[in-house]
Amino acid sequence: MELLSLSAVELGAAIREGRTTAVEAVEAVFARIEKLEGTLHCYITLDKKRALDNAVRVQKKIEAKELQGPLAGVPVAMKDNLSTEGMLTTCASKILKNYIPSYSAQAVLQLEKAGAILIGKTNMDEFAMGSTTETSAYGVTRNPHNPEHVPGGSSGGSAAAVAAGECFFALGSDTGGSVRQPASYCGVVGMKPTYGTVSRYGLVAYGSSLDQIGPLCKNVEDCAAVMEIIAAFDEKDSTQIARKDTDFTSALIRDVKGMRIGIPRAYMGENPQARMGKNPEIYREKSAQGLDTEVRDAVWKAAELLRSQGAVVEEFDLDLVEYAIPAYYTIASAEASSNLERFDGVKYGLRAQAQGLHQMYKKTRSQGFGPEVKRRIMLGSYVLSSGYYDAYYLKALRVKAMLKQAFDRAFAAYDCILGPVAPSTAPKLGESLSDPIKMYLGDIYTIAVNLAGLPGISIPCGMDGKGLPIGLQLIGDCFQEKKLLRAAYTYEQRRNELLVGEG
Amino acid sequence: MAERIDDETIAYVSILAKLELSSEEKEQAKKDMGRMLDYIDKLNELDTEGVEPMSHVFPAQNVFREDVVTNGDGSESTLMNVPARKDNMFVVPKTFE
Repeated sequence: MELLSLSAVELGAAIREGRTTAVEAVEAVFARIEKLEGTLHCYITLDKKRALDNAVRVQKKIEAKELQGPLAGVPVAMKDNLSTEGMLTTCASKILKNYIPSYSAQAVLQLEKAGAILIGKTNMDEFAMGSTTETSAYGVTRNPHNPEHVPGGSSGGSAAAVAAGECFFALGSDTGGSVRQPASYCGVVGMKPTYGTVSRYGLVAYGSSLDQIGPLCKNVEDCAAVMEIIAAFDEKDSTQIARKDTDFTSALIRDVKGMRIGIPRAYMGENPQARMGKNPEIYREKSAQGLDTEVRDAVWKAAELLRSQGAVVEEFDLDLVEYAIPAYYTIASAEASSNLERFDGVKYGLRAQAQGLHQMYKKTRSQGFGPEVKRRIMLGSYVLSSGYYDAYYLKALRVKAMLKQAFDRAFAAYDCILGPVAPSTAPKLGESLSDPIKMYLGDIYTIAVNLAGLPGISIPCGMDGKGLPIGLQLIGDCFQEKKLLRAAYTYEQRRNELLVGEG
Repeated sequence: MAERIDDETIAYVSILAKLELSSEEKEQAKKDMGRMLDYIDKLNELDTEGVEPMSHVFPAQNVFREDVVTNGDGSESTLMNVPARKDNMFVVPKTFE
C-alpha cells in the first residue's frame, strides 16, 4: 500500500483496520520530508522523535479501541503561529526565534486529543503578513508544482507540505485569504470557517477581528473531518460561538440540485460563452480585476460543471467589491499594531541590549521585526493616532458594515457565491515583494470574506499552461459551511470522474 | 503631489510604534505610507453618513464565566522563556535613575 497516496481519512481507516500503523505513517512522511525538504523548505521546525513517541502511544490506544476517531494516528503539520507546548513557535519572525510555548493552541489540543500526530511547524509569512511566504525570516518555501514559484501565503508552508505529501493535512490561519490562497496555489483544499467557529486560543494574533484557523487538506472529505474536530467549543476564546451544527461530515452529500449559486460580475467579467463573435483583444481588456484568462476560464468551467449537476448558476452584481482591500488593510494594520505591542523583549523572545527600558523596547522591535511587519505596524499606528482615528479607522469600520450588508443582500438570493481565489496562479519567487500595493491587490477575492466573517473554501479546479494549479472559491453566508462542503464535495466527485474519463 | 508624510510624522509614528528606523527605512516608510494612504483614500468615495462602525461581525456582548481558578501555578512555565530573570521575577533594564 502506497501510504502517501491516501487521504487523511483513508489513512485513519487503514490504521484502525490494522492495514498499517501510526508509526509507519510517521516514518513514511519523514522519508518524504528527507527527500523533498531540501528543495521545498515547508517547515521551520521538525521533531521526528516526538512524533514517533506519540505515534507509539497513539497506536496502542487505537489497538485498545480507546481512540476511534477518523484522524487517530494521522500525521499533521501546524503553521508556526499556532502555539505548541514544548515546540518552537516563531511566527517566522526573528523576534520569536527562541520562543517555546508553555501551552498549546486549542485547535492543536483538539487534534492531539483526537489522536493526530504533530510532526512539525510550517513556514509562513512573518506574523502571517504577506501573500507568498517570502517575508519569513527563515527563508522561502517553494511550490511543489514548480520550485521556481511561490507556494502562496501566508500559510504557504502548510499548503506546500500537504501538496508534497510531507504531511497528511495541516492547519493554517486565514486573516485575509491566508489559508485559501496558498491552497489554491498548491492545488489542495483549504477552508476558512465562519468567524468564531474555531477557538483562536493560542493562535498568535494578527488581526483579531479577522483571524480564523482553518484546515489545508488533500480533499473535501478530509477538510470536513478536520473541521468537525477543531470547531469544538472553548470558553477560553470569548469571541467563539457555541455552535451546535458542527457535524460537518454530514454535509458530504453529492447533490446540488436547486442550489442557487451566484457569480459576482465584478469578480469574473463576462462569461466567455457570451463572447462569441467578439474581438478577443477587446475582451481581454475587459477581464475583471486583472484576472488571468486561464484562471477565469477554469472557474467558469467549474461553474458550468455545478450547473450540469443541477445547481442554478447566475451572475449578479455584488456591491462595493473594490472597497474591500483599502478597508481591510486599514483594519488589519490597526489591529496588528496593537496586537504586536506585546513583543517588547521583556517576557520571551529576542531582547536587544540597550540602556534603559524604552531603548530596549525600540531596539528589540527594530531588530526583531522584518520590513513588512514594520510597514504594517507603522500604518496601523498612524490610522489609530489621534486626529486620524475617525478619518481612517472608523471610516474603514463603517465600510466594513456596508460590505456586510452587501453580502447579506447577496445571500438573500443565493446559497453560495462562486469565484476565483486569486487573480492568477502562483507568481515566481521574488516577483511580488517589490511592490506592496500590487501584492495587496492580489487579495481582492479573499479579503471581503474575512471582513464579513463569512466561510469560504478553495478547491482545485484545473491547471494553467505552466502546470500550476488554479483554485475555485465558494463563499457562504455565516454558519453555512455545510452548503459549501456539499457544493465542494459534489464538484470534486464529478470532476474526478471526468478526469478519470479523460485519462 | 507633495509628500503626504513628512519627517515629523514619521518620527511621531515611530514613537507610537516603538520602532527605531534607520534613515533609509524612514525614507522608505514615508513613501510606503504615503502610497497606502493615497490608496485608502478610495474609501472617501463612499458616503458612510449614519453607518455605525462595525468592529465585530456578530453583535458583541460581554461574555461572562464563573470566576473560579481552573489552572495551577504557572509561574515556572511563564518564566521559561524570559530573557533575564531573578528569582521569580522578570529583569528589565533600569527605568529611572
